[in-house]
Amino acid sequence: MAKTLAEKVWDAHVVRKGDGEGANAQPDLLFIDLHLVHEVTSPQAFEGLRLAGRKLRRPDLTIATEDHNTPTLDIDKPIADLTSRTQIQTLRNNCAEFGVRLHSLGDAEQGIVHVVGPQLGLTQPGMTVVCGDSHTSTHGAFGALAMGIGTSEVEHVMATQTLSLKPFKTMAINVEGTLRPGVTAKDIILAVIAKIGTGGGQGYVLEYRGSAIRALSMDARMTICNMSIEAGARAGLVAPDQTTYDYMYGRPHAPQGAEWDAAVEYWNTLRTDDDATFDVEVDLDADTLEPFVTWGTNPGQGVSLSQSVPSPEDFGDENAKAAAERALQYMGLEAGTPMKDIRVDTVFLGSCTNSRMEDLRAAADIVRGRQKDPNIRMLVVPGSARVRLEAEAEGLDKVFKDFGAEWRFAGCSMCLGMNPDQLDVGERCASTSNRNFEGRQGKGGRTHLVSPVVAAATAVRGTLSSPSDLEPAPEPAAIRTDAA
Amino acid sequence: MEKFTKHTGIGVPLRQSNVDTDQIIPAVYLKRITRTGFEDALFSAWRKDPSFILNQAPYTTGSVLVAGPDFGTGSSREHAVWALKDYGFKAVLSSRFADIFRGNSGKQGLLAAQVAQDDIELIWKELENAPGTEVTVDLESKTVVCGTIVAPFEIDDYTRWRLLEGLDDIGLTLQHEADITAYEATRPAFKPKTLPARLSQPH
Repeated sequence: MAKTLAEKVWDAHVVRKGDGEGANAQPDLLFIDLHLVHEVTSPQAFEGLRLAGRKLRRPDLTIATEDHNTPTLDIDKPIADLTSRTQIQTLRNNCAEFGVRLHSLGDAEQGIVHVVGPQLGLTQPGMTVVCGDSHTSTHGAFGALAMGIGTSEVEHVMATQTLSLKPFKTMAINVEGTLRPGVTAKDIILAVIAKIGTGGGQGYVLEYRGSAIRALSMDARMTICNMSIEAGARAGLVAPDQTTYDYMYGRPHAPQGAEWDAAVEYWNTLRTDDDATFDVEVDLDADTLEPFVTWGTNPGQGVSLSQSVPSPEDFGDENAKAAAERALQYMGLEAGTPMKDIRVDTVFLGSCTNSRMEDLRAAADIVRGRQKDPNIRMLVVPGSARVRLEAEAEGLDKVFKDFGAEWRFAGCSMCLGMNPDQLDVGERCASTSNRNFEGRQGKGGRTHLVSPVVAAATAVRGTLSSPSDLEPAPEPAAIRTDAA
Repeated sequence: MEKFTKHTGIGVPLRQSNVDTDQIIPAVYLKRITRTGFEDALFSAWRKDPSFILNQAPYTTGSVLVAGPDFGTGSSREHAVWALKDYGFKAVLSSRFADIFRGNSGKQGLLAAQVAQDDIELIWKELENAPGTEVTVDLESKTVVCGTIVAPFEIDDYTRWRLLEGLDDIGLTLQHEADITAYEATRPAFKPKTLPARLSQPH
């Protein structure tokens, strides 16, 4: 029978079919190939194991890192916040007790869990990947079925290396055409969410397809899959191809020698059959896409950067109208204001959505040789310690510092402000992260989700801007400082 | 897990869509390492506003939350469910729940009952016109009763069964441990292992 990619990966992991058929079917029991762990959603799960006298079934399929609470300054000093320090220490104790590999703050492989897995080559096509974090969907970029789970499920995976899951429906997101300069993967996914809504993907696994997706790098595919959850989807994925294999090859945990060949042979089968059908198909035209930005307090409340803040009256649905009214009030915006007239206070370049090398390079290319708007503070937070080292080897740290931005250590940072990197009340931020919820980046903070190049252009002009709004840099070619 | 068959308690109308888990419990409260004691964290930003529904008696002692569509979106934090439970909520009604939130609720014995938006609107009116009206959520018959309103709700059969029986998921799965062991023996050798650790070579 013809199958979609998601169905193939699912079927390859069924330990035990659930009894029954159709609506009354029991869930299938699925094997989990990789369990990623961090300090926030794991302490209660480890405690549950301990109380029940259970073991961690597969330490060799489990890896932990510290990311949500970690400071991005003074990382050689004890963490100042006592509760953050306790949570980190608890992870260290638990990993030592249960034999889990841990990359701690200061380690070259430490960083945001969704940056660390792929860069180590642990995320591979056709795997099932879970983590107590909704942005686990990131790993779908490799053609893996990757899902965020709650702490009870974290404990379940620790004890059994499986999860009971009901099959998902499938949705194709077809993106055909060629992106214009200055338009990125972030704009694709923000446009998809604006189109189908924050609940549009609920119950579905999304497969991103089409020529515009095939043309994207792995870093860009990760950006897209990362935000599948913001459309309500449980997972999102892209079929593996040569781009995927080129990224994987030579990574520490990628297969080697004959195993590489065996793996590629299997990975080549991981694509949706030509005659398979999706439950729903959604089309997006890449040719006409513009840089996208959110105006409201959920990721579906977005428009093209060239447009204006919408009016609640633009929404037919009563709930959407009420949500828009509330969002405009929280965001301190007036309907009809051109998005590009909105002045921001802070620019945040980072998060599991946009903190990889390609993101840093793209932003650096915009700011190189230019000066930051004096009223803006800009934080650049690489996704992992490894990304930070690579960026420094290319001289990107110097580009950002010369521009006037702060060059920080790796972690989740201002995406959710569990560490000291937070917005103040009323502070407005152009952020490359994934959520513009009320208070997400700090109590009373106002978030506009943007791509790395829009973030960079905004830092130059002080108002929400696209790269095409910028005057030419004074000495464009002379300033490159690539060490390589 | 405690069994859930039927619950009756004061209904709280929360007229809002897209109540994300950052609103249910902000990230600052996620630093705790316990599974209980999150009642103060529930809707903590909104509760600073005296006009917020949970600051209005008799809703303060409510145990059935009646919310707009797309409840529990965003972060996977199970703390959102713990906070609702610790505050005293036994059930949440909404026309659409985020998948992860719904799953987390089922693991913790909080009933996430999917009710048609038209019925939610009727229940909202009833609860606002007569504050303190009790809502009965009956998991056996999959119905909600509020005043004269009787509405069906949806919940998947597996979660319903587990809630009715109060079953522990891990215990259920470990009944099939032999199947897990058999599956493990068939995994291809090229699948990665985290141990022994291999590290990146410096560039």
